[in-house]
Amino acid sequence: MHCGMCLPTCPTYDATKLERNSPRGRIALMRSIADGQLEATKTFADEMYFCLGCLACVTACPAGVNYAELFEHARAEAEASGVLSSPKRNFIRRFTIGWLFMDLRRLRLFGRALWLWQALGLQWLVRKSGVLKLMPARLREMEAMTPTVQSKLSHQLIAPVTPAAGQKKYRVAMLTGCAQDLIFSDVNRDTVEVLARNGCEVVTPHAQSCCGSLHAHNGEWTLAQQLARRSIDQFPPEQFDAIITNAGGCGSHLKHYAKLLAGDAAYESRAHAWDAKVKDIHEWLAHIGIESPKATAPPQTVTYHESCHLCHGQKVTTQPRALLKSIPGVKLVELPEASWCCGSAGVYNITQPEMADDLLRRKVGHIKTTGANVVATGNPGCLLQVQNGCAREGMAVRVAHPVTLLAEAYRAADRN
Amino acid sequence: MQLSPQILDSLRQVVGAKNVLTELEDLIPYGFDGTAAMSQLPGCIVFTQTTAEVAAVLKIANDSRTPVVTRGSGTGLSGGSVPNPDCIVLCTVKMGHILEVDRANLTMLVEPGVTTIQVFEAAAAVGLFYPPDPGSMKISTIGGNVAENSGGLRGLKYGITRNYVMGLEIVLPDGEILWTGNKCVKDVAGYSLRDLFIGSEGTLGVITKVLLKLIPKPAAKKTMVATFAAMDAAAQTVSDIIAAQIIPCTLEFLDRTTIHCVEDFAKVGLPLDCEALLLMETDGHPAAVAEEAAKMEELARKNGAMAVRMAKDDAEAASLATARRSAFSALARLAPTIILEDATVPRSELAKMVRFVAATAKKHNLRVGTFGHMGDGNLHPTFLTDERNKDEMHRVHEAFREIFEEAIRLGGTITGEHGVGLAKKEFLPKFAGDAQMRVMRELRKALDPRGILNPGKMFD
Repeated sequence: MHCGMCLPTCPTYDATKLERNSPRGRIALMRSIADGQLEATKTFADEMYFCLGCLACVTACPAGVNYAELFEHARAEAEASGVLSSPKRNFIRRFTIGWLFMDLRRLRLFGRALWLWQALGLQWLVRKSGVLKLMPARLREMEAMTPTVQSKLSHQLIAPVTPAAGQKKYRVAMLTGCAQDLIFSDVNRDTVEVLARNGCEVVTPHAQSCCGSLHAHNGEWTLAQQLARRSIDQFPPEQFDAIITNAGGCGSHLKHYAKLLAGDAAYESRAHAWDAKVKDIHEWLAHIGIESPKATAPPQTVTYHESCHLCHGQKVTTQPRALLKSIPGVKLVELPEASWCCGSAGVYNITQPEMADDLLRRKVGHIKTTGANVVATGNPGCLLQVQNGCAREGMAVRVAHPVTLLAEAYRAADRN
Repeated sequence: MQLSPQILDSLRQVVGAKNVLTELEDLIPYGFDGTAAMSQLPGCIVFTQTTAEVAAVLKIANDSRTPVVTRGSGTGLSGGSVPNPDCIVLCTVKMGHILEVDRANLTMLVEPGVTTIQVFEAAAAVGLFYPPDPGSMKISTIGGNVAENSGGLRGLKYGITRNYVMGLEIVLPDGEILWTGNKCVKDVAGYSLRDLFIGSEGTLGVITKVLLKLIPKPAAKKTMVATFAAMDAAAQTVSDIIAAQIIPCTLEFLDRTTIHCVEDFAKVGLPLDCEALLLMETDGHPAAVAEEAAKMEELARKNGAMAVRMAKDDAEAASLATARRSAFSALARLAPTIILEDATVPRSELAKMVRFVAATAKKHNLRVGTFGHMGDGNLHPTFLTDERNKDEMHRVHEAFREIFEEAIRLGGTITGEHGVGLAKKEFLPKFAGDAQMRVMRELRKALDPRGILNPGKMFD
């Protein structure tokens, strides 16, 4: 099937109008490799990394082609072929994917160092001093994108077990994530608060693992499998009513451990049980029904940007909007092209800065037309990207996770 | 014979190096269009942005006798834009400007790479209506629509692309530029060359501008879904509606297999317990719409409809139409290769044709999903197969041959809206007859004496 229904939904095809940059074109290349008509060339590998992996094509495809799986295999194939190999790239990949994100203690240490750099004013000093002007433009841009690390990480904000407020109806595990833990530990705290408020006992062990989404999306299957097994061991699915994630990108990967661990006798059936238990926070809250916050919050105009892996990857689209509408004082204004990628796409804004920047500009342009003073979005990558985009334009817009807005409403009601 | 470096150089001089693609990784994705089981690597891809560039490219091709296959978004369903070996694929998607919306004359002037939905939306933005809506309208280009004379769901009441083309700018194979038609409703000066180019499938010239007719937007519409326990009851309902002198804008039908696939994708709440479903829509003056909708519902019930559901608002109506447009692709959920045709018969013969398709599939032991534009007799029998299974592909071919012969016997046609291209080339001579074939060949020879435009398509 190559009907082309995916073409208008693909951000890279929309930008270049080249078939190679479309889902249909990329699948044609993958098929040519499978049929032996094409080698896994550098051009092919570059193309697989030019794809955002936003999965808008999956939503659009009437034939139900599983692009997500094809794409992950294609990136793994590209890595295995070694055509992209260079000392610099290999070092960066080995350091980040292969080392830093394989053990969150290392990542936390790295986060601590970065926090010190920022908290002691060294970052400010360096930025003011003009030293940065000596760096290449691209590095300067990347430096400006450096996220601010929170003073306290998730394990310093959240107890290993948070009891349900009132009657305990559910026992859930809450995954604190990796980037989320460093940069948005407050969102994790808000998530736990909201869950507890609505009858969930929340289990949040201090030492957690990365879910492996970063690894799978970047062609590192073996490492992704290793991390998946570790997560299943840490959170045996039969012990929980749900395993909660508040990061769209992670959730989209977390729900497919069974495919990742297919053929692994010890884990395959547990992975199926795991997949069934993983819920995005919005999805879970809509499922259990939440207490409406009392009307005390000041009015705010909110628009909702859909994380690709939440809407296309997990088909969670109505629940976040319903959650936002349930908050007193919130006027929800629909964002034009709400489900069009913002360019964050994992590490895409680092690896493909130009395309990412075009997409961000497009997103920010739409945000402007809504007149909203708050942009809500359910994924750390999107939060950072949209924050950067709005700040660059000097817009007085707050970017927040929907759950944070809900937690604030509960707190405001409690104060009164 | 590969394209020579001299030809490639001249092409690069005309359109710039970045608009000429020759890498294998770029050629592969242009080796096919929307048609199943047909592919061929081209020699290069050329993106043009102006009429002058098209003219210069054609001149280079004509001088060197290089085949040119013109292409928009590549959604065609008859293999019309499948490349020839070592041809130039002339891709028009970068010619995407709406040049003028003339509200005084109700026309729109566009470049060929504008998509059908962009035309529809630009018209709607000023309260006007562009009715042709092929299934791929979200990405199909207007140039491709004109070249294939595309139809859609609204053909019954509003006609097809041909009925909305008032003028065309065409580049002839030797590079000469020709304008045919204008903004006048009446114009009988000379042969209507415009009509010759509509549906010419890229064999006579390259379309570089299209002047479209727009009409006022209907004030109201009503959309409904009726379900039936038997196919014949649905077909009879359609006949009764036409006999009652109601011309709805849409009378679409889906069989059981198609309903299940479409619902699986679109999740619009189609009932899964029926054998046939009719999607019906009437539009126009609110009073007429209300009356027609009531009458259509009554006729459906009289024919034993299991249920008739009225769409509650425009959004639901639009989602039903979108779901219907996905039918062809959605059938691919069941098999790796989906081959659909568009045999069309006079409306009075519809029930007979539907039964014939089912019997033919059974006879050849093939799985078939049938859907289509029942109101205008345009059926889409779709075989679910696997192109790697040579024996089954042979049976599919046999089945189609019988279906086409039956369509011709019933006074119908081998293609209602997809075009001849490669897919129906072998059936055209029998359908058209010797005299028509001779005239078509001579016309083509006169306009394209060197045979560079889409050679091997439609007929040799």
